[in-house]
Amino acid sequence: MSALHIKKGSNKHSAYNLRPNFSDVTEKHTLAVLVDNEAGVLARVIGLFAGRGYNIESLTVAEVDHTGHLSRITIVTTGTPQVIEQIKAQLGRIVPVHEVHDLTVEGPFVERELALFKVEGHGEKRVEALRLADIFRANVVDSTLESFVFQLTGAPEKIDAFADLMRPLGLLEVARTGVAALSRGI
Amino acid sequence: MTREMTGAKMVVQALIDQGVDTVFGYPGGAVLPIYDEVFQQNAIRHILVRHEQGAVHAAEGYARSTGKPGVVLVTSGPGATNAVTGLTDALMDSIPIVVLTGQVPTFMIGSDAFQEADTVGITRPCTKHNWLVKDTERLSATIHEAFHVATSGRPGPVLIDIPKDVQFANGTYTQPSKTPVGHYQPQVKGDMETITELVAAIESAQRPIFYTGGGVINSGPGASQLLRELVDATGFPITSTLMGLGAYPASGKAWMGMLGMHGLYEANLAMHGCDLMINVGARFDDRITGRLDAFSPKSRKAHIDIDPSSINKVIHVDMPIVGDIGHVLEDVLKVWKARGRKVNSEGLTKWWRQIEQWKQVDCLKYTPSEGSIKPQHALSRLEALTKDRDRYICTEVGQHQMWAAQYLGFEDPNRWMTSGGLGTMGYGFPASVGVQVAHPDSLVINVAGEASWLMNMQEMGTAVQYRLPVKQFILNNERLGMVRQWQELLHGERYSHSWSEALPDFVKLAEAFGAKGILCKDPADLDDAIMEMLDHDGPVIFDCLVEKHENCFPMIPSGEPHNKMLLGEVSLKDAIGSKGAVLV
Ligand SMILES: Cc1ncc(C[n+]2csc(CCOP(=O)(O)OP(=O)(O)O)c2C)c(N)n1
Ligand SMILES: [Mg+2]
Repeated sequence: MSALHIKKGSNKHSAYNLRPNFSDVTEKHTLAVLVDNEAGVLARVIGLFAGRGYNIESLTVAEVDHTGHLSRITIVTTGTPQVIEQIKAQLGRIVPVHEVHDLTVEGPFVERELALFKVEGHGEKRVEALRLADIFRANVVDSTLESFVFQLTGAPEKIDAFADLMRPLGLLEVARTGVAALSRGI
Repeated sequence: MTREMTGAKMVVQALIDQGVDTVFGYPGGAVLPIYDEVFQQNAIRHILVRHEQGAVHAAEGYARSTGKPGVVLVTSGPGATNAVTGLTDALMDSIPIVVLTGQVPTFMIGSDAFQEADTVGITRPCTKHNWLVKDTERLSATIHEAFHVATSGRPGPVLIDIPKDVQFANGTYTQPSKTPVGHYQPQVKGDMETITELVAAIESAQRPIFYTGGGVINSGPGASQLLRELVDATGFPITSTLMGLGAYPASGKAWMGMLGMHGLYEANLAMHGCDLMINVGARFDDRITGRLDAFSPKSRKAHIDIDPSSINKVIHVDMPIVGDIGHVLEDVLKVWKARGRKVNSEGLTKWWRQIEQWKQVDCLKYTPSEGSIKPQHALSRLEALTKDRDRYICTEVGQHQMWAAQYLGFEDPNRWMTSGGLGTMGYGFPASVGVQVAHPDSLVINVAGEASWLMNMQEMGTAVQYRLPVKQFILNNERLGMVRQWQELLHGERYSHSWSEALPDFVKLAEAFGAKGILCKDPADLDDAIMEMLDHDGPVIFDCLVEKHENCFPMIPSGEPHNKMLLGEVSLKDAIGSKGAVLV
């Protein structure tokens, strides 16, 4: 991962100290949490956010290390710097949590989401939808005479933008995976 | 010893290998195989409580008075749900508890079977960690891991849910030493750079204060010893939270008494006015800080805590030190000594002079009465008559609890069991049962309010059955006193549902259980009555009828800063001159 490892149980390398204390400004952070892939671990994480009143903008989870049975949970959350620090410390207290990384402060990172869009349309609108999909490099993964399913990957903002454009063209349904994120470089 | 055994046998074997000598429990269908194994051995003593909440509080009392984890065994469904209050209590106060619950067989989970409850789901937010064991092969390792998690880092309650078929099935037993230690290894050594920064602050501080909490007790007797050494060597004043009483002796030179909402005037004003605050194992709880934006405005703050999430949670600190109190204090002492044991003597002398002035207010003064027993007087007499004994004190929750913290002195750690974080009425009596089980020859007193005491009074059965000579010292004001006090001060004296009609005759109640009851209502009889209680070799319910409308002072009303303390009527006159004190 990045050079700035926030080891569980330590607040030494927190970038918290670089920012003003107890500021009211709400920030958006992307956290990567490595956990044992055991029953109930997701419930623990979600229960923590619900119980302490933290926000979840997006959450994805899947096993990423099949031999070590480790899952990676990627959470996009918002809060004041103090709340973000609390969220990380509270996540660190959960026993099956191995590591908590704040990608937003640890350095540059890439963020991607996959989305499927079902768009219904005829004539001009259908052509326009296809043209926009091409611009966005969305793939057609299903088509009928009156509908398409587009598949799009990208940053969440790109997916939002595509959804906005599809809406007047007959957008029926959207399915999004939530954000997956990795730091850049090594 | 065979490696192959049933899950039920494994439970008992694992407890023995973990050094457990006592289990508090209550049987039921889903734990019968384990109870069958309990029956066939003598290494572990099982104490049959009368309610599962009582089992958990008893285990808490056991744990807090011994420093060892308390163990509980209860059945599925209602057995597990009855344990929830105790688990939450132990979580809030960081008490190591291992709770074993029975569960319906794995093949029936999810079918709404008889006495099925989603125990791990229900207890997830009120345990440090919990496990549902679906395979007997995993059972012994899970129990060992549970003890590790409960006792390392910031201690807390854990729960293991064991389906009945897992108890019946055979599996291989793993010994604790053969169980791989998980990745859960909290940091115990503090950061040396910050420790050195703290030492430099200690050397120059003009108005320093130690603010200590339950973390010192949890860290073990060694931590209390180091704290005493550091406090006495620096000559800094020390105050403590409700949870930390006894870490530094009440008779110690630097002791200022408890701080917080019902803390001592001098302790709270010193917190407000200090220039260096050294928080040792406390967590800036709202009962301590009062209004946050006015909390100790002029101080630099150090915070030593094993839990990183305690740091900067409510109060921003300048010197955060994550680590075990014992380890960190040892390093602080080492560095401070190596740098020449320096303090700012001139500043300290002035600071103590100021503190002595605050002490003149005599904030615990109360109007004595000849016609009725003042609760403060009852506790002062209890203190005088028991302080030299090998004594453990538990409390319930309410005014009596705060008075006990104010008027009793604690010389050693692990001698004071009270529900701090959750404030659980009904805690004290079962806790006293657990303490007495652990210390059969000591004097164990539960300072109670009549309303709290009634919440778990069924444990009289346990006390009598096991001949536990616990003394239930009930300060009976026939009121939910603390609620009544708030209604008087904050709700226009509208006493909505804050008194009990139809209270039992406590003497007859004691007799009905086969115990001794003592009624005392005249201050002139008090000493004799207390002596009668102490001399009786068996459980006693002491019904001490006290002044009904006495208020507990000092008091910082919720949402007010430390210097806006309300003092009792007596000290009204004295305190008016002192800066910042606003009085009722
Ligand atoms: C289980 C529970 N329910 C309600 C409360 C709220 N409460 C706090 S103190 C108190 C009154 C306690 O009365 P009593 O035990 O007689 O003690 P006193 O204050 O009269 O000394 C109540 C109802 C609580 N702390 N715990
Ligand atoms: Mg009462």
